[in-house]
Amino acid sequence: MPKITINGKELEFKNGMTVLQACELADVEIPRFCYHEKLSIAGNCRMCLVEMEKSPKPIASCAMPAAEGMNIKTNTKLVEKARKGVMEFLLANHPLDCPVCDQGGECDLQDQSLYYGFDKSRFNENKRTVRDKYMGPLIKTQMTRCIHCTRCIRFATEVAGVPEIGAIGRGENMEITTYLEKSMESELSANVIDLCPVGALTSKPYAFEARPWELKKTESIDVMDAVGSNIRIDTYGWEVKRILPRLNNEINEEWISDKTRYACDGLLKQRLDEPFIRKNGKLIKSNWDEALDLISNKIKNIRPEKMAGHVGDLVSLESIFSFKNFLTDLKIENFDFREREMYLNSSDKINYLFNSSIQGIEESDLILLVGCNPRHEATMVNARIRKVYANRKIPVYSIGNPGDLTYEYNIIGENTDVLRDIIKGQNSFSKKLLSSKKPIIIIGETALELKSGAYIFEELKEFLRENNLINDNWNAFNILAKNASTVGAIDLKFFNIKENNNFIFFDKLKNNEFELIYLLGSDNLRFNKNDTFVIYQGSHGDRGAENADVILPSPAYTEQNGLYINLEGRVQECRKASYPPGNSLEDWKIFNLILDKLEKELKNKNYQKIKELTLNNIVNFSKIDSISKNKITINKKKECDFIHEKIEIKKIDYYFSNSIARASKTMSDCRAIVSKQFKNGTTI
Amino acid sequence: MKPKKVYEKQPDSFKFSDKNLEIAENILKKYPKERKKSAVMPLLYLVQRQNENWIPLAAMKYIAKYLSIPYISVYEVATFYSMYNLSPVGKYFVQVCTTSPCLLRGANKIVDICKKNISSNQSQVTKNKLCSWTEVECLGACVNAPMMQINESYYEDLDEQDANKIIKSLLEDKPLKSGSYRNRKNTAPENLNNLNGGKIA
Repeated sequence: MPKITINGKELEFKNGMTVLQACELADVEIPRFCYHEKLSIAGNCRMCLVEMEKSPKPIASCAMPAAEGMNIKTNTKLVEKARKGVMEFLLANHPLDCPVCDQGGECDLQDQSLYYGFDKSRFNENKRTVRDKYMGPLIKTQMTRCIHCTRCIRFATEVAGVPEIGAIGRGENMEITTYLEKSMESELSANVIDLCPVGALTSKPYAFEARPWELKKTESIDVMDAVGSNIRIDTYGWEVKRILPRLNNEINEEWISDKTRYACDGLLKQRLDEPFIRKNGKLIKSNWDEALDLISNKIKNIRPEKMAGHVGDLVSLESIFSFKNFLTDLKIENFDFREREMYLNSSDKINYLFNSSIQGIEESDLILLVGCNPRHEATMVNARIRKVYANRKIPVYSIGNPGDLTYEYNIIGENTDVLRDIIKGQNSFSKKLLSSKKPIIIIGETALELKSGAYIFEELKEFLRENNLINDNWNAFNILAKNASTVGAIDLKFFNIKENNNFIFFDKLKNNEFELIYLLGSDNLRFNKNDTFVIYQGSHGDRGAENADVILPSPAYTEQNGLYINLEGRVQECRKASYPPGNSLEDWKIFNLILDKLEKELKNKNYQKIKELTLNNIVNFSKIDSISKNKITINKKKECDFIHEKIEIKKIDYYFSNSIARASKTMSDCRAIVSKQFKNGTTI
Repeated sequence: MKPKKVYEKQPDSFKFSDKNLEIAENILKKYPKERKKSAVMPLLYLVQRQNENWIPLAAMKYIAKYLSIPYISVYEVATFYSMYNLSPVGKYFVQVCTTSPCLLRGANKIVDICKKNISSNQSQVTKNKLCSWTEVECLGACVNAPMMQINESYYEDLDEQDANKIIKSLLEDKPLKSGSYRNRKNTAPENLNNLNGGKIA
């Protein structure tokens, strides 16, 4: 490996590194504004100047490739003078409004001016001012503060795939703008707020809410989709003030989706804080004793076959586990986690996971989407696909039309026939698929919800296995789960499936066979209520609570510890960041209280034990935060019926997909704008 | 330099004429296929020539589509360079050089004449749409200072009277000839004897 000398210390570096990266290897911190690891190099802020031997001028280390035998100095007088000069130019036009700027306390310019800034300004001219731009309900702009690092432009173009931000004009008159003064059409747009090294782009919902040093920071996991993005929850007292991404190269890199970031204001609204009981058609505030008495009386008087349980989209593993124990204690067999009739085969762990892994997408050479819209179903997976597409131009194909995915793709067909032809080798695409070394086939829930869902699943898997595309080194077979609780619920066997019938729960639900339904945070299950007694246990007064006869308040995902399995099968911990409002109780405690009323024996009396038992029950679990290798077993092939159908990918109400997002004002603002643009036809 | 203003009354659409489409195709041939976006500058210039010396937004969209690049990239280029006009100019577009050498030789007097005869503000077209003027940075004809550029011709070695005459001729739509107004040949020295003792023309 080539060698470079940095401040007299010789070290080895990898070919292709820049001087700045080599300096980081040597633990030398270089100040920078425009350089960002995940974006292309611009080299326009000049803050990273270092001295290079034999060079008459200081060099911009972020843009200079490191080379054998270079001698770099970062602590000389020349370097300091150069950086001070750059800083003085940056501050010449930067307003002195730190006391009223939301970036204050976490501002790169503020921090670096501490080391390189002058105590007074020599700039006697008028400072320039720039008109603020409208960038939608999420991003607040103060363009006078902009130092033209162009990170936001590069992010929008390279990562988000919506080249809508640009720099117009030149020199002193340069301005960053979106050309139509409209919000960015991307689910990743708010990441530019984190990228902005100054206070030019700040968070609109968080404006003037708190200072960073006042906030309590909790490292946690996102539950808005099944990706399990790593997040940091910032709380001030009880309130969750904001959610920021945490670096995890295996999942979300440095980005999170707008829903992950901004649905948090929904945690303050529509909250269930006390038990409610329906009396004369109205939900009346009540107390735990009364509610528990009513529930236990009902349970005593109804036969177990007539009772059912359903878990919702945001429920943690421990809650699913204790709910399942609770139901089996009561001899209830009818429970499910699916929102619609979706084919499920849980015999093998690889049957319900994203087996290629999110990072694995970067190795692939062909991607086929089958009935899924990753942009809305798993935004961070889509960002990763776009990254590979942008870097290597790998071909992406789709069966079914998912709409704009921020990259180009070919639609092979919109019917199930195409899939059958591919499997039988009658479509020219089969050849392409089989000649690629590391293809990725992503099956969406839309495909599994079809009548021929079983056919698509079983035949496609068999086809891939026969052609050795499912092996120990590469697994091309992927299921794209939509909800945070899905994989966990399958792992804990929270469903009722028999060999010949995949939808026992749904059949009984349709026939109105249940006299009591217990909903655990379940808002998206559609059924006719009629005379059914509905218990809703959850955090938000939403669709599920609307129909309920008894409401039991429990904490949201930021208010209790919980495990989640993401779509790759990675078990992650979601940590308690604040307290639930009012008299909410943790899910497992509520189950224990009901069992206690029914005079049943309590098996699990503390959280630690439940967590331990839950982890024991996860199929093939090795370690938290990692994916375990799953064995590939060969099952007998099931014969499934083929039905000619159109694969229609339903438009997901992205900003309104769960109860927290539906309670959030920010999300409804975003939704209003998207639907308005859709109506006006201004979407491009 | 002040930032350029985008004209309010924009045409709805723009299309290259058949002749210009051919030229555009030829321009594209100069660049490798995967780098055809490099053609954005000559194409913008082509638009400007076709569209009475200014570039409407519709044309930027047209070019973006033509080169399959984002609209904002074309917009960035068009706003960056001062020689792309984003709002209409007169039939005779007067650009007065006001950089130091011209200024020392009295360019501000020419500016005053423009202000008096054409319009008090820069980039404001006269009522008969014949003329508009603007100050520009060095046009590279310092030897013949002061000077101005009218459309694609240089008018050099001016004084107040000449400038007045030229501007008036423009307003009457009968432009005077371009070149030096002291009968100099290009940038040749004046009032100097040649080696044989004779005068240099």
